Formats: sequence, C-alpha cells, structure tokens
Amino acid sequence: MRALRFALAAFLRDARGGELGVLAGAIIVAVTALTAVGFFTNRMALGIREQAGTVLAADLRLESGRPLEADGPYVAEARRRGLAATRLVGFASVVVAGGTTQLASVVAAGKGYPLRGSLKLAPAPFAPGVASRGLPAPGEAWVDPRLLARLGVAVGGELALGAERFRVSAVLDYRPDQGTGFQDLAPTILIPAGDVAATRLVQPGSRATWSLLFAGPADAVEGYASWLRAHKSDAERLIDVGESSEQMKSATERAGRFLNLAALVTVLLAAVAVAMGARRYATRHLDTAALLKCMGASQGFVLRVTVLELTGVALAAALLGTLAGFAAQAGLGYLVRGLVRGDLPPPSLAPAALGLGTALVMLVGFALAPLLQLRQVPPARVLRHTLEPPPLRYGLPYLVAVATLALLLIGLVRDPRLIGYAAGGIALAGLALFGAGLGLVRALKRLRGGAGIAWRYGLASVARRGRESAVQIVAFGLGLTVLLLLVLVRNDLLGEWRRTLPPDAPNHFLINIEPADAAPLADLLVAHGVPRPALAPWVRARLTAVNGAPLKTRMPKTDRGRAFAEREQNLSWSATLPADNRVVEGRFWEHPDPRRPEVSVASEFQEELGLKLHDRLTFDVAGDTVEAEVTSVRKVRWDGFRPNFFLLFAPGVLESSTGTLMTSVHLDAAQRPLLTELVRRFPSVTVFDVDALISQVRDLVDRAALAVEYVSAFTLLAGLVVLLAAIQATRDERRYESAVLRTLGASRRTVLLGVAAEFVALGLCAGLLAAGAATAIGWLLATRLFGLGYSLDATVWLAGIAGGVLIVGLSGTLAARDVVTSPPSRTLREG
Amino acid sequence: MQVLESRHVSKEVSSPDGTLTIVDDVSFAVERGQSLAIVGPSGSGKSTLLAILAGLETPTRGAVFLNGHELTALDEDGRAALRARRVGFVFQSFHLVPSLTALENVMLPLELAGLADAAATARGALDAVGLGARLGHYPRQLSGGEQQRVALARAFVGRPDLLFADEPTGNLDSATGAKVAELLFGLNRAAGTTLVLVTHERELARRCDRVLELDAGRLVGGNAAP
Ligand SMILES: Nc1ncnc2c1ncn2[C@@H]1O[C@H](COP(=O)(O)OP(=O)(O)OP(=O)(O)O)[C@@H](O)[C@H]1O
Ligand SMILES: [Mg+2]
Repeated sequence: MRALRFALAAFLRDARGGELGVLAGAIIVAVTALTAVGFFTNRMALGIREQAGTVLAADLRLESGRPLEADGPYVAEARRRGLAATRLVGFASVVVAGGTTQLASVVAAGKGYPLRGSLKLAPAPFAPGVASRGLPAPGEAWVDPRLLARLGVAVGGELALGAERFRVSAVLDYRPDQGTGFQDLAPTILIPAGDVAATRLVQPGSRATWSLLFAGPADAVEGYASWLRAHKSDAERLIDVGESSEQMKSATERAGRFLNLAALVTVLLAAVAVAMGARRYATRHLDTAALLKCMGASQGFVLRVTVLELTGVALAAALLGTLAGFAAQAGLGYLVRGLVRGDLPPPSLAPAALGLGTALVMLVGFALAPLLQLRQVPPARVLRHTLEPPPLRYGLPYLVAVATLALLLIGLVRDPRLIGYAAGGIALAGLALFGAGLGLVRALKRLRGGAGIAWRYGLASVARRGRESAVQIVAFGLGLTVLLLLVLVRNDLLGEWRRTLPPDAPNHFLINIEPADAAPLADLLVAHGVPRPALAPWVRARLTAVNGAPLKTRMPKTDRGRAFAEREQNLSWSATLPADNRVVEGRFWEHPDPRRPEVSVASEFQEELGLKLHDRLTFDVAGDTVEAEVTSVRKVRWDGFRPNFFLLFAPGVLESSTGTLMTSVHLDAAQRPLLTELVRRFPSVTVFDVDALISQVRDLVDRAALAVEYVSAFTLLAGLVVLLAAIQATRDERRYESAVLRTLGASRRTVLLGVAAEFVALGLCAGLLAAGAATAIGWLLATRLFGLGYSLDATVWLAGIAGGVLIVGLSGTLAARDVVTSPPSRTLREG
Repeated sequence: MQVLESRHVSKEVSSPDGTLTIVDDVSFAVERGQSLAIVGPSGSGKSTLLAILAGLETPTRGAVFLNGHELTALDEDGRAALRARRVGFVFQSFHLVPSLTALENVMLPLELAGLADAAATARGALDAVGLGARLGHYPRQLSGGEQQRVALARAFVGRPDLLFADEPTGNLDSATGAKVAELLFGLNRAAGTTLVLVTHERELARRCDRVLELDAGRLVGGNAAP
C-alpha cells in the first residue's frame, strides 16, 4: 500500500520532470505499431480473402461427385448463419452445332453465381471482356470463345446440348473460378441451372461434379466451415480460399511477411529504446534509491516502488499507444478505402489487450535488469557518491526478456523463422556495431591531436566515454540502419516484388501441345511477334503407392491432401532447376542416373502427403509403373506465372511415356486474335487465360505495398526514438561537464561546438556502420526471406554517412543545446 | 545507557596494491543524549566509520550495537528497518530529492516509517528550522543553507534516537555554516538526541561533549573513554 502511494507520487513527479519521456515514448510507439498492425492486418486479411475468394467465386466451396441439393441441410444451415449460397453442377458433354461436335465442360449455375468476383462477357470471340451481372436466361448459353471458334458458331447462333437447344447470347470471356489447375481442360459453356433437367444429360450415377458455393462475413464463414467439416462426409470436399490458388497464396504470404516484418522490427527497436530508457532511469534514480534505503526503506520496498511506478508508465503508455493505434488504423482504412470492398470488421478489443501485454513484457523484460540494480544500490552511496551497485549481469535478464518477447511475437505473427531473422538480425547488427564502434572509438583517440579546441574536446569526450560511446554508436547505428532500410532498401524490395509480375508476365498457358505440333506452334507464335516459348514436357499419371504401401492405406487427413493424392498428377522432367524454384531439402540432381530414377517434389505436395526425403513414390503412367526416389524438396514461387510442377523428374525416366508439352506466353490485347487461329490449327491445344488472375495478384501486391509503407512509418518512429534515447543517454553527464567547462571560462560557443563535434563524430561512425548493416540485411532479406533478387546500391553508403552526420550531429547538438546554455551555477549546485 | 557501541571495528578493502585497511580496530561507546565528534585529516576513514556505525556498510571485523541490538548481525533489510525507527542523517551535500518539494522531502522518513499525519508533522519540523514559508519550494529554488535546513528538519522529524551527520557544514560558507550548526545543536538539545558528527572543523568539534580523533583509520586521541 505504502509502496503504491510512493510509486504513484514518484510517477507523477517523474512524469512532470520529463524523466519518463524516452521510456514512455518507446512503449507508445511499439504499442501503436502493434495495435495498428493488428487492426490493419485484420482488414488486410479480409481484403485479401475477398480478393482470393474471387478465385473460388465464393468464400467456401463444397464439391462432391454425388448430388448436393440446393435445398438440403447444408444450405439451410448456411442461410441460418447469414451466408449466401448457390449451387453449381459441372459435367463434360459433347456440344453439337451444324454437324460439328466438340467436347465441352458444362457449368450449370444457380441464382447468385458467382458469389465473389464477376463474369466477363465479350461481344465477339477473343474481344475484350466486360464484367457483367446475372446469368443466361432460360434456353440461352454463354460460351467460351475457343468452343465457338471450333464449332464455327457466332453470337446469336444455336447449339445442341443433349436433348435441348441453346441460343448463344454472349461470349464467356472469363469466369472467376475457371481455375489454373489444368484440371478442367475442355472449354466452358455456362447455362442456367434450371435447364439441366431438359438436357437429360445428368442422371443418377452420371459423372458430374456438384458444388455448393457459400459467401458471407469472415467469422460467419469460419464458423460455418468448421460446422461443415464436422458434418460433411469424406467424399465431399471442402475448399476454402487458402487453397484456391497457389499464385494468390504465394503473394498473400509474402504480403503478410512484409507487414509482419515491419511490425516486428518496430517492436524490437522499441525494446532497444526501452532498455536504454530504463538504464537512464536507473542511473538517475540511484541517489534517490540510496537515500530511501539510508532512511530505512528495505530492498523489497525500493523494488516495489520502482516496479509499480514503471507499471504505471506501461499502463499509461499502453493506453495512449492503443488510442493512437485506433486512430492510425482509421487513417489506414482511409488510405486503402478504394481497395477494400465490403464492410470492415468492427474494431475488437483483442489488439488493445495485445498492446497492453506488449507494453508490460517490454518494460518488465528490458527494464528489469537495471531496476534490479536499483534495489542493490549500496546505501553508503549517500556518503561516497562513487559507490555503484554491483555490476549488472545483463545476460540472463535480457535473455529472458528476449525469449518472452519472442514468445509474444510468435503468438502474434506465427512465423518463427521471420522472428528469428528479425531478432537475430538486430542482435547481430547490434553486436557488430558494438565491436566496430569500440574499434572506431579507439581510433578516434589517436586523431585528436591536430584540430581546434572544439574538436579536441569533442573527440576526447567520445574516446573517454569508451564503452558508453560504443553503446551510443550501436543505438545510433541501429536507428540509422532502420532508416536506411526503410528509405532505400524497402523501395528496392517492393520494386523487386512488383517486378516479379512485370507487365509482360506470361498471361496465357498453352497446354496439351502434341510433340509433333511443338515446332509449328512455336513458329506461329513467333510469326505474330511472340518470343519463341520454352516448352515443358508434361505427363499425366496417378500416384499409387508410397514406399511400396498402396496410397489407400496412407490417405492424408485433410481434404486438400486427399485431393492432392487422388487427382491425376502432372509430371514433368528437367535437367536443371527451373527458375522460380529453390531447393529447401535434399539436393537437386546434377548427373542423374536413369537406372535410379529421382523425383523432386514441391513443398506443398510434400507437406500435404507427409513425404520425407528418400521416400519412394510409385506412379501409374498410362498403365506403366514408374518408381522414383524423392531426392529434393522445392519451394516454388507460383506467382511468377510460369509452368511449374509439384512433381519434377530427373531426365531419362519419363521420356518414353506418352505426354504432351506446355508453355506460358505473354500476349497483349492486339495479339489475342491469334488464339482463334491457334485453336483452329492445333485443336488439341488448350489455352488458359490467366490475365484476370494476374491482375488480381498485381492488385494484391499494390495494396500490400501501400500497407507496408504505412506500417513502416512506425518503424521509422521507433528508429527515431532509439536515436533520441541514445542522445538522452549522456545528457546528464554532458550537462555537468559543460557547466564545469564554462565555469573554467570556455565560451558557450566553444562548448556547443565541442558537443557538435562529438555528435558528428558519433554520427559518422554510426552512419558508416549502418550503411554496411543495411546492405547486409537488405541482401539477406531479399534472398533468404522473400526469394527476390537484390542489387547493391552505392547510394546506401552516401546516405548512411550523410544521414549519420546530419541527423545525429544536428539532433544531438540541438538536444544538448539547453544543457549547454543553462547557467552553470545551477547545474553545479544541483550536483 | 549506551545507545551506540563499536567493538573492534575494522574495514579492509582490496586494492590493486593489496589490502587496504581504512578503519583499524576502532572501539568506543556513546551514552544516550551525548554528542560525539569524529575528527581527522581527509582520507582518515571518518566517513567510512560513520557508514559502518549507521549500518550503511558492514565492517570486515568487529561489531556495532545500536540500542543494544547487534547491528552487524542483521542483514541489509534488517538494518534498514532499524534505521527507519531510530536514526536520522545529515549529509555534506544535503541529499534532498530534487523532484520533491521541501515539505515532501521532510515527509519522506515519516512515510517510510508508515506514520500517520506526516504532512502536519513535517510542517511543524520545517517551521522549527524557519522555513515554514518555503514548503512548496523545490531544492533548486533554495540556497545551500536553506537546503541544509530542510535536511535538518528531515533528520529530526522522525524523533530519532541517534543522528549521524557527515560534514554538515562542509558545503557552506562560514556564516551560513555557523547558523546551520547553531540549529543542529539547538534541535539536538531540545530533542535529547544522541549525535555522532563527522567534521574536520575544530570549532564544530569543540561544541560536542566528546571528540574522537582518527588517523589512518586508527583512534589516535581525544577522550576515547566515556
Ligand atoms: N570501497 C572503497 N574502496 C576503496 N577505497 C575506499 C573505499 N572506501 C573508502 N576508501 C578509501 O578509504 C579512505 C578513507 O575514506 P573516507 O571517505 O572514510 O575518508 P574521510 O576521512 O571521510 O575523508 P574526507 O575528510 O576527505 O571526507 C580513502 O582513502 C578512500 O579512498
Ligand atoms: Mg568523508
């Protein structure tokens, strides 16, 4: 009780006296960043979810080989939960027009389809499509341009589907769920669901796929998905947004990483500032603590007072930070208002709790060590001022602090690898900066002979403070590193990311190319100004066994895994590791031995099927059995839109199997009409237009980039707080020194110049080191974490040195100005 | 009755040139209400001895008794608790808490001891040192002499049995120092406090009942026996 009253008084006093500025500032920035990011990632997630949902034409999709009723219990439950629902039936059928027959994939859509995204219709085959609402009227069909081209039917013409005739009322340019999985190869014809019966093509036992589509608010969808998982049968497959598109997922993951990284670095930097602030707090309270103990306060009492006071600081700062976070995310919402459609989730209290938790962890974690020291200050310090508490063992408390913070962040970000990189990076950079800083300080000692008094005094100060100066260089360096990373490297990284989807990224996949057609098809493309495409071999097969055990005995648990296992696999082979691929486990073959077949699997495939290196996979390739050993696992960047395969064989295994070739090319709007000629001349070839998907991914990247810029503003603030903390660190000492110097007759100008010289020297060292650190970190981030290329940049060095000298020199001198100008008598009297 | 007794107290510290004996086998006792001056040249170990007597530091050898309790047998918190009830301090450099007003500074020991009515008592104590009009002033708004008067008020406000003073006038000019000394002895007499005073001012020492002289950590003269 007494401690509480004391602490409250001390808090008010210290707050009034500006003692808590850096400490509170650091916590406020961290909490603001975390809550804002917390709120915002919610919104981002929603936006991305919607974006990704367009690939499913819904938020959730249930597929089955047996009829799913539009008025069954699933739909009833969905409606009860406020979700929109509709139904699709898909089946393959022959379409007849004027004596020509073609295989088509029929999609019969119920009212409301598509629930996400929209259909695009064109007035003529391969003309640009326009988004439109609604569905074909009864008796009408919207038809894929490839099908029209092959049938020779124009808009307004008629075609027969089973027992019914349909009038072609529009060209179906795009439907959101047309997919990129190459599963539905035949071109689509879209008819209203009510007309299915009249075709008499779908009978009990027919081969068809029934789908139920659901969409609604995120939490309702989530709730319904888990309900559905519990109630559906194994034969019914639930697909959610996460697995709808590898490309979308790839981009989403990277967006989340960028955002989380910005938030993480903010928190870690703020932690550095808190540690520095706490150190200063402790130093400044040594005398008071000694006095309290001298007057009879116990160690526990001193500790309680300090802890309580700082808890007060944490609470106040967390409150302010949370409020600022609310405000910040509102600003963010405004920034991206055009991009996020639909209702944003109402602000929940979770981010606020998170903010409070972070504030406490940071304070307890990073301030505890110096505070424990306060408790141990010898009371005899009141008689002999030089008596210090026993030296700190920083190791353990800081280790505990870092571990706690890491746990908190893991809970938040759920990406231990990212946290490892960020924390390890900052720790390494800190250590390197400290070492280099010590070296530079030593070097400065030799330099001080020549220059004028101000320089001599300034450099002497840097050298005399030794370790303290090195710590300051670390703090300045960290702050500058982050500024550099933000200003220069971030742009490079984001630009690099945008470049993964250049304007000429492949937007059409051509698949099912007969080997005999390969050369003439390539010639046709080249004749129309398309660069000669690289063709990848493509063989379809079924996975039958793993390590000799039939697949049936080791079916994966998840729907996605089962789908992976059961579907026809797309196999290819290559002598070299394709671009966009990175080996994460094992080794990619260099000199494969055809007698020992090797296969490399994509990480998604490996995870879903629970495969390990050296597992033997058995495939049924058109009746032949092929067995191969898994010798590497690849991480594939799907968002590059080039042909990539879950299963890649070494050369010499599949060449004899019947297969086709595939490729991807970029066609601009003017080149698209060549597709009409292409599908006529090479009827077996299937063309996939992924333009719409590309623009979805591009949109996502742009949106995420904007968000990252916003969030990194907080990182910037955190960097500035660290700079401020470093400037504050030597303030008291400097105040005393300058008072002494001025009493000895130095002019205010000389003292100020001396201080400026000191900060310029520190800034120079820190800037130099920061440029090195930023370059190293930028390279690491780009290559290790984001799988992007990174080119060295000389401007980083220039900016680092100039920024160090200017920012540290100027702000340090400015901040020290009042120290220098306050009357020396006052300073000396206060001691 | 003996308020304070020092039995064969020694303090050694290790330094680069071997062990350094700062206080060397010091024994004496102080009766209730007595005033004792410890004098000696600079560096002779006066402050160190004072710190040991007050339980701020522990001796390497020997024992200290405060009101019959063996101070040196207690741990740091135990010593602190004893100080809270029985001991007051005045320092050369005042040691007021800069962020507290004069009144709050004087209230500090009362609040630490958990006494009610701290504010009223403290106000009385400040009145007694002639600073009743400066209650709300911060240390930096007070002159050195005024600061030391606040420190005196703070030292006496808890009615301690024992008051330790280390060079209480050392930072003051002679006129102000004389005034503060006057006040110190006046309050001491009025409260019947036992006073242990470290000083190198002969004038101040002479006003005490007894004087102990320290040289290189050893008692070398003065009326060591009570
Ligand atoms: N913890 C310690 N470590 C090393 N030396 C110490 C320590 N404490 C005191 N000393 C030394 O012991 C000697 C006595 O110090 P002390 O402060 O007691 O002297 P003093 O008599 O109070 O001097 P002054 O009159 O100048 O205040 C000094 O030389 C001091 O440097
Ligand atoms: Mg002394």
